[in-house]
Amino acid sequence: MSELSVRHLLGIKYLNRRDIELIFETADHFKEVLSRPIKKVPSLRDITIANIFFENSTRTKLSFELAEKRLSADVVNFSAAQSSVRKGETLIDTVNNILSMKVDMVVMRHPNPGAGIFLSKHVKASIINAGDGAHEHPTQALLDSYSIREKLGDVGGKKVVIVGDILHSRVALSNIFALQLLGAEVKVCGPKTLMPKHVESLGVTVEPNLRNALEWCDVANMLRIQNERMDMSYFPSTREYTRQFGINRKLLESLSKEIVIMHPGPINRGVEITSDVADSGQSIILNQVENGVAIRMAVIYLLASQIKQ
Amino acid sequence: MTKKLLLSAKEIDIILHRLACQLLESHLDFSDSVLIGLQPRGTFLANRLLELLRKEYKVKDIPFGLLDITFYRDDFRRGDKTLAASSTDITFLVEGKRVVLIDDVLYTGRSIRAALTAIQSFGRPREIELLTLIDRRFSRHLPIQPNYRGRQVDAINEEKVKVSWVENDGEDAVYLISQ
Repeated sequence: MSELSVRHLLGIKYLNRRDIELIFETADHFKEVLSRPIKKVPSLRDITIANIFFENSTRTKLSFELAEKRLSADVVNFSAAQSSVRKGETLIDTVNNILSMKVDMVVMRHPNPGAGIFLSKHVKASIINAGDGAHEHPTQALLDSYSIREKLGDVGGKKVVIVGDILHSRVALSNIFALQLLGAEVKVCGPKTLMPKHVESLGVTVEPNLRNALEWCDVANMLRIQNERMDMSYFPSTREYTRQFGINRKLLESLSKEIVIMHPGPINRGVEITSDVADSGQSIILNQVENGVAIRMAVIYLLASQIKQ
Repeated sequence: MTKKLLLSAKEIDIILHRLACQLLESHLDFSDSVLIGLQPRGTFLANRLLELLRKEYKVKDIPFGLLDITFYRDDFRRGDKTLAASSTDITFLVEGKRVVLIDDVLYTGRSIRAALTAIQSFGRPREIELLTLIDRRFSRHLPIQPNYRGRQVDAINEEKVKVSWVENDGEDAVYLISQ
């Protein structure tokens, strides 16, 4: 079938394998569209989408907006900084006010985990979660797996290690769900203080040593140190973190095979990854960004196709 | 359900030769022309014509592409099921070219309307022509007519015209199917 099993994209947790495969197949077509001189299709010309960002974002917002415009949707943007949220309005009221202006779909980023799920139960529009606190960031995980599939041919059977701040990372959680659904094996690596308790219950193994993790894996996904989410010190200094969990050319060259390096961005150059690695041929960081638009077009297109007239 | 044979393999073969000759007559060496098969079912006809032109009529280097029109259709969100896309494979620009769109059945004309929009993503062609194997002439919703047609068929809306190809369906044949 060519339809998703869900009406909203709230998290990878709610998808099945067929959904992800359908999103990838659709993204393949949109990737071809994006290579044309005119990168726009008229499918969504009668759909209006609101991008509601209660938290800062540059590339995700840009990527969603480009995806929406290339599908010919009408787009309205809203960021909390200049809004009546500051004046005390509730989330449901804010969104219902926007929806009463005939908006069909809401792309939302919110600092609270579960905000998208909450909203989907109270408003009529289709909701796409663009990151809810430390919970999920489904489109990032989809584009990550899609980029692995593009680079290595398949995600199934591959070994992926996620390195860094697993505790605060919605990218890590969504990636774990997506990679496992597609049949990859996942390890996590990082300081003990940034490892969630019971992370093994997700079916991943913890590898405290970066070198061992890199020797094992096909792909290393390096997460950003999220200083803005750290309410206390989780490691003594950035320098110490870099020495233990940062990746550099020397380390990569000492491995027995060539691995693929990913990073969800924005990069702290010289902290979790050095410039020579980030800009090397092994890195697919810019492919991830490029694929982000095609993946988001696919998600929006497939969800919009379920909005009946 | 009744199934009536409209065209046999032999008749299809004769028609394909005629269509290839008609294309030759107006495009000569195809130096300024491109053939575009419409996904999914127009691709079989397009491939057959391409092969004929190359092998039987010795035309070299005909630019050839496949175009999917799913994202350009005017019935998005209007049907019960979501439309699955096929792949587009056009590796050249159509700017200033003479484009021949190829599809198996011309029915309401809506697919062709979508194709006319879709092809513009690859540049501004000098002209666009349409070739179809079957022309259901009394079923049009839009003012679109083929430049080259295999056979005109008068069928009512409840009837279906099914084109079968050896490479996909095991035989070359055109059937009229009525419920």
